[in-house]
Amino acid sequence: MVDLISIENLEPLKEIIAQHKEEPGCIMPILQETQGAYGYLPIELQKVIADELNVPLSEVYGIVTFYSQFTLVQKGKYKIGVCMGTACYVRGAQNVVDRVERELGVVVGQTTEDKKFTIEATRCLGACGLAPVMMINEDVYGALTPDKIPDILAKY
Amino acid sequence: MKKSIEELRQIGKEKLDRIGLRVGLEAKTESKTQIMVCGGTGCHSSSSHILIQNMKDELKAHNLDKEVEVIQTGCFGLCQKGPIMIIYPEGTFYSHVQPSDFKEIVEKHIIGKEIVDRLVLDEIKADPNDGLNKLEFYKKQKRNALGNCGLIDPECIDEYLALKGYEALHKVVTTMTQDEVIQEILDSGLRGRGGAGFPTGMKWKFAKSAQNDKKFVVCNADEGDPGAFMDRSVLEGDPHVIVEAMAIAAYAIGADEGYVYVRAEYPIAVKRLTIAINQAREYGLLGKDIMGTGFNFDLHVRLGAGAFVCGEETALLNSVEGKRGEPRPRPPFPANEGAFKKPTVLNNVETLANIPKIIREGAQWFANMGTDDSKGTKVFALGGKIANTGLVEVEMGTTLREIVYDIGGGIPNEKAFKAAQTGGPSGGCIPTQHLDTPIDFKSLAQIGSMMGSGGLIVMDEDNCMVDVARFFMDFIVDESCGKCSPCRIGTKRMLEILNRICNGEGKEGDIEKLEDLAKALKAGSLCALGQTAANPVLSTLRYFRPEYEAHIKEKKCPAGVCKNLITFTIDPAKCVGCSLCAKKCPVNAISGEVKSPFVINQEECIKCGLCLQTCKFKAIDKK
Repeated sequence: MVDLISIENLEPLKEIIAQHKEEPGCIMPILQETQGAYGYLPIELQKVIADELNVPLSEVYGIVTFYSQFTLVQKGKYKIGVCMGTACYVRGAQNVVDRVERELGVVVGQTTEDKKFTIEATRCLGACGLAPVMMINEDVYGALTPDKIPDILAKY
Repeated sequence: MKKSIEELRQIGKEKLDRIGLRVGLEAKTESKTQIMVCGGTGCHSSSSHILIQNMKDELKAHNLDKEVEVIQTGCFGLCQKGPIMIIYPEGTFYSHVQPSDFKEIVEKHIIGKEIVDRLVLDEIKADPNDGLNKLEFYKKQKRNALGNCGLIDPECIDEYLALKGYEALHKVVTTMTQDEVIQEILDSGLRGRGGAGFPTGMKWKFAKSAQNDKKFVVCNADEGDPGAFMDRSVLEGDPHVIVEAMAIAAYAIGADEGYVYVRAEYPIAVKRLTIAINQAREYGLLGKDIMGTGFNFDLHVRLGAGAFVCGEETALLNSVEGKRGEPRPRPPFPANEGAFKKPTVLNNVETLANIPKIIREGAQWFANMGTDDSKGTKVFALGGKIANTGLVEVEMGTTLREIVYDIGGGIPNEKAFKAAQTGGPSGGCIPTQHLDTPIDFKSLAQIGSMMGSGGLIVMDEDNCMVDVARFFMDFIVDESCGKCSPCRIGTKRMLEILNRICNGEGKEGDIEKLEDLAKALKAGSLCALGQTAANPVLSTLRYFRPEYEAHIKEKKCPAGVCKNLITFTIDPAKCVGCSLCAKKCPVNAISGEVKSPFVINQEECIKCGLCLQTCKFKAIDKK
């Protein structure tokens, strides 16, 4: 994993904005790259983006909260994305999510207290041949059953 | 450096000398064997990229890296059996190849000229060569849109050129007028593969006749239907076909700029598309004065950010413009007022993938395939309870039975087919009695489903249709953008009712309420997401009404899925007291003395079903 930049350091953000500022519809790529660099999009960063692009903060906030990939809060070190696409669902993805939630003591959308894991129910990952599937950061685990979960989590 | 058509053809010819053995030609270079390994998302997830590196290293160690090439290619479609490897010229088909298998393949197959038996599927055990033509999975398929997937290296423009790549663009810009191009597409009968099935040529015609000095071509690669992955596979396996098709569309309507809007969940597709665009620019196939004709066109990639509604064309355009991805009222249609208020053509990935071949082979070639209503071939993403999960491309008019049984290999574990879901969250379920319906746009609509983007999820007797309808409604509630009240509130109310039914709290009149809400959604929503949101409920009600009634009246889930309506018990007559279930139970709800019958504490049981899977004596009852 790439080290995330602290939100105290605004220089990289300004660089990202400068790079895209002239493109039409530039706010999406700016938000995407900013989240990539800082890990999340807190209001402090949104303010800078709004100022630099000369648009109201409400517009930036409206976009950030519209798209599910943008997050206002910091996520855990490991993001567990359990695929809830149709193919995975009919092959028992719900039982997989249930087990992950129980093992970690938090539910989908939440982060464990030690900031280690965040559980997310993702949309189709496109690996339907391996259903049900989950990803932990970049690692893909396929053909899951609930009893495989504890061993997989133990690797992290 | 910019290349002339003669130079491009020369590059293609030289490359063909090298890769021709994949299409039955003789190799005219030192490369006598080519090993194709699938690098699509499914196989990549199973570490096919590590396998490729291992193979290359091993060949180098044997000093064979000149005459044996290892090439990462696109999706072969048979994802269930991945990672897949094909060795040419023989066409030996290996499946489930692990990164650790490299040594055996190099030593036994490449050096020893012997087949590695354990990597051959049973069906072709006797002779694994030319597997693509022998496996049942491929026999009824016609791969057009997927034609180059699995055949070429998607990161190499020269391989695309070798197989007539960019010839269609050359033909269009040097010999055809804009109207002739549009007429060709109209004559082919090609309809949009993204969902609605609108005739592609008509879209182009409208955009061409719109008067403006600036126009756009946009490719919709925001493949949102959970369970469909054909667009991803085309982008991963044959990205240049999209670049070429978009350039053709741009020429036809008079556009000079384009966007490809791709889901951010598809990192490999984004990477290969970006490589393709850069290569095309380098050869002068994008940019200014393309092929010396004065035609200008360039492309940008835009990433989605996880909003299903952005698959809807006007919502997608808002997102491209950097706004919330909410749909716009139509008219004005994008052909008149699209991206940045300029005339815009929007086509889906699979639609575009058909274009260059239609131009090269002629409209008639395409129109000769399919049915009266729907021409050509269609890619389906087979998933769920089916033996061969993967991508299949068949002629329109193929029956569901042929797809599920002949190509898909039927339902695993000796279970019975219950329904196939097509069209994703906007579509419906097709029950057994319609298995023999020839599939096209019209016939699917008649039986209460829709083509959609081609997701085809098979369900067996263990799937509860009420639960499936609830699943799709849950998805829609999450993804409704909130702009129109019928969709924002109506889907929420429908989900509450469905949740209630699944939890055993369904009431008399709930079914009628669902039907009422469905009507309001259809009539009162602005975009297709809301208008079709009730389809999964309506189609399951149409074919599986007794299942709803069992949930509501008898408080039973006949398929044994809805957790509040089932109980697990241990049959003392069958239990031998092996204690295995108690050890597996994640909540320690099972107790007992070894060698005497165990008991499940119903208060503790979370109904995960692990005991049922674990028990070797069939002592667990699910009711």
